[in-house]
Amino acid sequence: MGLSLQVDPVRCEGFGMCAELLPEAIELDDWGYPIVREGILPEHLRELAERAVEVCPVLALRLVSPERVRSTLQTRSLAPHTALRSHGGG
Amino acid sequence: MLATATTAMKSTANAGTSAANRGARAGFEPRLLAGPSFDAGPESWEQHRARLGDLPAASPSRIIPSIERSGLIGRGGAGFPVGRKWRSVAERSGRGAVVVANGAEGEPRSAKDRDLMHLRPHLIIDGGLTAAQAIGAEDLVVYAGSEHGDAVRSMSRAIAERAGRDPVAVRLVEAPRGYVSGESTAVVHYLNAADARPTSTVERPFERGVGSRPTLVQNVETLAHAALIARFGDAWFREAGRGRTRGTALVTVSGPVRTPGVREIEYGVTLAELLAISDGATAEVGAVLVGGYFGGWASTQGLWELPLDPLDLAEAGLGFGCGLIGLLDAELCGVQATERIVRYMAAESARQCGPCIFGLGAIATALERLAACRPARDDLENLTRWSTQIVGRGACHHPDGAAALLTSGLRVFRDEFDRHHRARCAHRVAGLGEG
Amino acid sequence: MWYATRGAGIVSLILLTGVVCLGILTSVRWQRAGWPRFLTAQLHQSISLLSLVFLTIHIVVAVVDPYTSLGLAAIVPFASGYRTIWLGLGAVALYLILAIIGTSLIRGWLGHRAWRIVHWLTYAAWPIALVHGIGTGSDSGAIWAWLLNGTCVAAVLAATAWRVGYADSSQAERARALPVLERR
Repeated sequence: MGLSLQVDPVRCEGFGMCAELLPEAIELDDWGYPIVREGILPEHLRELAERAVEVCPVLALRLVSPERVRSTLQTRSLAPHTALRSHGGG
Repeated sequence: MLATATTAMKSTANAGTSAANRGARAGFEPRLLAGPSFDAGPESWEQHRARLGDLPAASPSRIIPSIERSGLIGRGGAGFPVGRKWRSVAERSGRGAVVVANGAEGEPRSAKDRDLMHLRPHLIIDGGLTAAQAIGAEDLVVYAGSEHGDAVRSMSRAIAERAGRDPVAVRLVEAPRGYVSGESTAVVHYLNAADARPTSTVERPFERGVGSRPTLVQNVETLAHAALIARFGDAWFREAGRGRTRGTALVTVSGPVRTPGVREIEYGVTLAELLAISDGATAEVGAVLVGGYFGGWASTQGLWELPLDPLDLAEAGLGFGCGLIGLLDAELCGVQATERIVRYMAAESARQCGPCIFGLGAIATALERLAACRPARDDLENLTRWSTQIVGRGACHHPDGAAALLTSGLRVFRDEFDRHHRARCAHRVAGLGEG
Repeated sequence: MWYATRGAGIVSLILLTGVVCLGILTSVRWQRAGWPRFLTAQLHQSISLLSLVFLTIHIVVAVVDPYTSLGLAAIVPFASGYRTIWLGLGAVALYLILAIIGTSLIRGWLGHRAWRIVHWLTYAAWPIALVHGIGTGSDSGAIWAWLLNGTCVAAVLAATAWRVGYADSSQAERARALPVLERR
């Protein structure tokens, strides 16, 4: 039922509006790109999150179900090298 | 690198063409590298069938459990269980799946995939066919790095030799040069749109890949192992191996050893044994790069007795990766060696994601200054901060690999980094050494 | 009723000028202390919808006005007999604006690339709307009309110049400006 925030890193151009609207869940790195807090978005932030999704000029922000979050962050708990996807592909 | 690998092959061949000389001197029979002398070049289909027999037909219900029981893990770098991977593609494959044999081998110092493609192309195609049968695919694409000329020619000839004789359509695609062009989504992207850059689409290749069909992207060495399992069974496969991980693997040894190059080892062989197989070091070793640029530095302390088993390596905070073991001459500077690798990886960025473009770029610039002993005051501090900041925020794991390499360098070469931070370097020459 | 048409048209022009400027300010990431970037983007979206309201009034009144008896021919480009070209341009501008705003409303389904291509039409729609206003206006010679149109033109020109200069700072450009890393 809960959703998670997810940034499409290819689309993202570092406008930073998401971080302005949702400082509790998103902060900007040294180059203006968003760092999204892991995990399920608290319900009270849902409305702001929807606004952030709407306002992003390049549609890089999405609210997705947690299993779909496409990030290596969720695999940090695994041993570092088993979690890394390889460039030799399988 | 290719010349060096061939040299290694030749030197092993010169030592005698019997199989026993070609693997670990602990006297096990090579499996992938069994067969005719490497000097003879690619093994033809006739020779291949004469040596191994025809590839048995296999139903998905028999072959997938067999691969699962074998414990075969992916040899592209991530070490993912192959049986599980095939099963998840098979489950989706109502619409005709695609198998891609990934031989891009973008890692510059690794030579195992290109050498395997060059010398044992039919083993790889057999493996691709086995995978195709398992997941219900009608297409097999061999994706070979265009810069690996011998490999491309050999695979091309091998496909032509078998033309029409296989139940699955097989074709060769030359992968563009570049470190990331072997990444799974980049492979699919190139096959779909001639653009070898990773994508950030929600669906993974095994759900929706080449031509929107479920796609299995599997490393060529992995497929070669599968081809042997299909013939000789999972119990046979598990007979090899010293410890918890069963089977054999190809590794590339580079750096100051007498005979660098590609070797086949049983999992669990120690680094000391690998060094002996390579006829010993020609210089004192300062540190070892384990697993390739996507792996990490390891200090030599306690390293020589460490079994080259993915599980043992993981417990030591290292990874098997693509099997690259790069030895660093103790006279060479670890900071400069790290800087070289990170600079390469920054240059190889697909330039799609901010954290990779600017984060990795900033890291490379700061490292360059540090390596030249002309650091800015915040460089070392920034490097430590940036290396965690860019992790997990690209479309692919490229920035993660570079960050992990940097982190391992900061740890293993801590004293040297401190000296460089104070603008003093103890070493003279840069680099990983030629290997 | 003519005044209603003319009035709504003028308000529409002012709002559309604002929309264009706000859109440009969004893309150049303009911000000040206390004025976050998302505010610019949201204003841009809100005012464009507001301009649609006034545009509707402007067109409906013009179409039904018995004095000019333009009828529905007014909204078919170049179909009217009254000041054919200038009126026709208005119809063209209308459809461009509908396309731009319409695609923006379904942006999520359309996909970013297609949306972006249509959005570039803004640089055609706005001048056409302006020219339509000057050509069909019964008081375009008046000083206030000059001032109004002049201000709108100045605003859009300035913003556009800024935008053209900013193209150097898009992500791709900033990436190209990084020191080149040779692969040794």
